[in-house]
Amino acid sequence: MSDNLKVPTMASYLAEGKQPEVLFWVGCAGSFDDRAKKITKAFVKILNNINVDFAVLGTEEGCTGDPAKRAGNEFLFQMQAMTNIEVLNAYEVKKIVTACPHCFNTIKNEYPALGGKYEVIHHTQFLKQLLNEGRLKVEGGKYKGKKITFHDPCYLGRANGEYEAPRDLLRKLEVELVEMKSCKSKGLCCGAGGAQMFKDAEKGDKEVNIHRTEQAVEVKPEVIAAGCPFCNTMMTDGVKNKEKQDEIEVLDVVEMIANADDL
Amino acid sequence: MILDYLPQILFLIVLIAAILFFAKNVSSLKRNISLGREVERNDQKNKRFKKMMRVALGQSKMVTRPIAGILHIIVYLGFVIINIEVLEIIIDGVLGTHRIFGFLGPVYNVLIGTFEILALLVLLSVIIFWLRRNVMNIKRFLANELKGWPKNDANYILYFEVVLMVLFLTMNAADLELQLQGAQHYASEAGIVGSFPVSQYMLPLFDGMSIDTLIIIERTAWWFHIVGILIFLNYLYYSKHLHILLAFPNVYFSNLDAMGKFKNLDAVTKEVKLMMDPNADPFAEPEADGEEDIPEKFGASDVQDLNWFQLLSAYTCTECGRCTAECPANQTGKKLSPRKIMMDTRDRLEEIGSDLNKGKEITSDNQLLDNYITREELWACTTCNACVDACPVGIDPLSIIMDMRQYLVMEQSAAPVELNNAMTNIENNAAPWPYNQQDRLNWAKE
Repeated sequence: MSDNLKVPTMASYLAEGKQPEVLFWVGCAGSFDDRAKKITKAFVKILNNINVDFAVLGTEEGCTGDPAKRAGNEFLFQMQAMTNIEVLNAYEVKKIVTACPHCFNTIKNEYPALGGKYEVIHHTQFLKQLLNEGRLKVEGGKYKGKKITFHDPCYLGRANGEYEAPRDLLRKLEVELVEMKSCKSKGLCCGAGGAQMFKDAEKGDKEVNIHRTEQAVEVKPEVIAAGCPFCNTMMTDGVKNKEKQDEIEVLDVVEMIANADDL
Repeated sequence: MILDYLPQILFLIVLIAAILFFAKNVSSLKRNISLGREVERNDQKNKRFKKMMRVALGQSKMVTRPIAGILHIIVYLGFVIINIEVLEIIIDGVLGTHRIFGFLGPVYNVLIGTFEILALLVLLSVIIFWLRRNVMNIKRFLANELKGWPKNDANYILYFEVVLMVLFLTMNAADLELQLQGAQHYASEAGIVGSFPVSQYMLPLFDGMSIDTLIIIERTAWWFHIVGILIFLNYLYYSKHLHILLAFPNVYFSNLDAMGKFKNLDAVTKEVKLMMDPNADPFAEPEADGEEDIPEKFGASDVQDLNWFQLLSAYTCTECGRCTAECPANQTGKKLSPRKIMMDTRDRLEEIGSDLNKGKEITSDNQLLDNYITREELWACTTCNACVDACPVGIDPLSIIMDMRQYLVMEQSAAPVELNNAMTNIENNAAPWPYNQQDRLNWAKE
């Protein structure tokens, strides 16, 4: 991949006395996880391609504290939150976009009471805004007519009521959108939330991600579309476990848009 | 003659006793709920009222499961509307009158006719409910936490409703027969009072019976029906059936924020701000009143550490199990069941309540954590909010799970080992994995 990504930092913007249109909050998974980094890059490619003026915090970004809070460590959560808020406020950030629903939920809902008040949107919502403003064009391309199912991330869907933005983007790709047995407000968790990503599951009959993958496999999709790096990992593992990796891809919505456009 | 008034006096005594006993139960209920911590749920009154109208009165969340939902709406409507008739029954009982609302004429006929049709529909629905619970293998009614008392309780409620509906229809049928036979006190010069679209078909049962026998049947049905209702009213406190009253306040006081927003602990905020303030003097004496702001403990290990809304919810829960049916952990065979979290909370609260009733101190031998809810259950939760979304009456089992996790981590440092590793990583390098924060932008160059 010859990437040549333009990823300006807030520090460099400040040095030039500029303010970007939006801050891209990359998140820990988006920064470090090999699979999630591809999502980050796909998103940046799109932003670069249509000249969206954005910047990242880079090395000044730190975990939002979501897993700590949901594990029960309120103290560590608030330490992370306040540290991040200090940085964000110092840069006078107004609008934040992120490809991680956990970062999205935490910054949007739990930072305001701690002094961090920003407009926070999920990357699928941002892309839809760009689409509506005519800045982004999305066409069918390679996914046209293909059977796609969307897995709702809990922290985008149920937690914040956004079910349509990712689906609208998929419809723009002219896919055949099929819904799993549990979807939207009844969407079944991938098994990673609430800090489960970082621990072994309790004893049971099976793993949650396998259960969810079975629901996805039932509708025979060519792609399971996701909107969360953790869901992506869980569903990818699930598809491998079912030995379906040759038939079913797990892709973030933003990767599909980038792919369709051959970015 | 005092003897003429005997039934009325007897009825008044029964009625007053029932109301007093009910009031006593309500006061225990209020006392137990107020053992919880404070939480602000009195804001946005307009929004709360609308939500209560939509979700509790309008049953909007019931129909997501259409069969159970529609059957429930029939029983609910029957319950609410037939209660108008109970008002007449009570007035007749106190004054010794016969169908005192009869003067409403055609309106009265429509009312009684509606009550009868509803009574029949309720009867049918309740029979289907019983079959669903006892014959059809519906998973959410077979869970471990329903074994024993909860299952019996659910069935008793159904039997109660069958008996009440049968008595109501028998009473009407005997009354109609008495009116047809022109019995004194029953028959009216204006003709038949009330219309009886269902109970008229029961008339053949009374063939050849004397007026005296019919009066005995009618009076017996009348007495058993109204006394049954009063017993049912007082059974509520001991059963899962309190939701018929508490669903309304519970929805009213339920969370209005986005489900993903978990509350921040103010005491922690103060600490963290102090730590991050470069001007703070680490050796400063604590402020005289500062100590009181810090709660005795973080999170919850027992019911008194929960807030009053969570305790109200424990009494509101009717153990339908829609939460548990949606829970990803439960679906994959883990021990966690959000319904059990609510049932355990109520059982523990009742245990404390019975200590208080006996004038004892609250015994500390038992507590909610470990004695009722195990750590294995708490750690199985993915915080996905499916249980919260599924509850038809606005209960939030997840908030209890979170409060208890908070206690485990902040008071006992008892998180699973892997989680401790992740948290140590966050502390050291601001990511749950052991990667250096200085490498956070490396992806852009790869």
